[in-house]
Amino acid sequence: MEIGVLYSRIRHDEKLLLGELRERGHEVVKIDVRDQRFDLTEPPAAVVDCDLVVDRCLATSRSRYATRFLAAYGIPVVNDPDTAAVCADKAECSLALAGAGVPTPRTEVAFTKESAMASIERFGYPCVVKPVIGSWGRLLAKIDSRSAAEAILEHKSTLGHYEHKVFYVQEFVAKPGRDIRVVATDGEPIGAMVRSSDHWLTNAAKGADTAKFDLDSEARDLVARASDAVGGGLLGVDLMETDDPDAEYSYTVHEVNHTVEFKALDGVADGDVPAQVVDWLESKAKTADGAAVAAP
Amino acid sequence: MANCPECGGEVSLHDDAEVGEIIDCGTCGAELEVIDIDPPVLETAPELEEDWGE
Repeated sequence: MEIGVLYSRIRHDEKLLLGELRERGHEVVKIDVRDQRFDLTEPPAAVVDCDLVVDRCLATSRSRYATRFLAAYGIPVVNDPDTAAVCADKAECSLALAGAGVPTPRTEVAFTKESAMASIERFGYPCVVKPVIGSWGRLLAKIDSRSAAEAILEHKSTLGHYEHKVFYVQEFVAKPGRDIRVVATDGEPIGAMVRSSDHWLTNAAKGADTAKFDLDSEARDLVARASDAVGGGLLGVDLMETDDPDAEYSYTVHEVNHTVEFKALDGVADGDVPAQVVDWLESKAKTADGAAVAAP
Repeated sequence: MANCPECGGEVSLHDDAEVGEIIDCGTCGAELEVIDIDPPVLETAPELEEDWGE
């Protein structure tokens, strides 16, 4: 098969992916998104013969638009642009999760400092303010007091891009010093790990320690439902354990990532993560090929 | 072997280096993007953008 890998930076994740694809004899086309131009109807030459394009763009904005164009040309792309659009925006993702009945932290979105302050006071202290677009735990604020809230809202409204004036305010979940990252394909877990840190942020990108985690049936069910809620695909589903004995669920899903990094999981998981990712890519390419043949 | 565009120091590529990969200059520590493999060409890596991530 001819598999296109859309990228702007080759991280260790992409090296693992490229290595596995080549080892299986696939023709791999590396497509630097920075070199491409996307016409409304004519696809870039680099993607024309691809059986499948895998979006590994580092920049969310490029990921969203490039996948949208590829889908418009009829070129199979993972993840789907609708999935990318939902996962790229925390407000969209929260809406999708809540709409599907997946437990997710209580969240409000407000557009002025005053209304955002009302959300913060409703949740109480501490609570969390996040940018709607962003990753790796950057620009997340845990707010411990009204004076801190006033300062953060003032900075965001004055210094930030217009997206920072979309105030995404969330309850603080007192997780047990760790959260759970599950890499899944169409809701089926490839592997899971815990990310532990003394800091309230437990992103691997922030230096959290990682270790293998065995999912129970409830977590597996939530991963499948979260995946469905955002449209499926190759996803990183993040869960936190809750310690409320009265809660309906033992976990809450706080994020779903659509260009998931899996190198950290590959370092702790029992299975071969890139091999399982490529197994799934091959199945997607075959399905796409079958659909094309069946089309009138 | 290529030269670091920041300090001019010599930088060698690993055998499995990929175009698009980021490597560090061992002399000055600059992050460098691999532009070509044969012959090796390096450029200063782009700065982190706000929408980067997963």
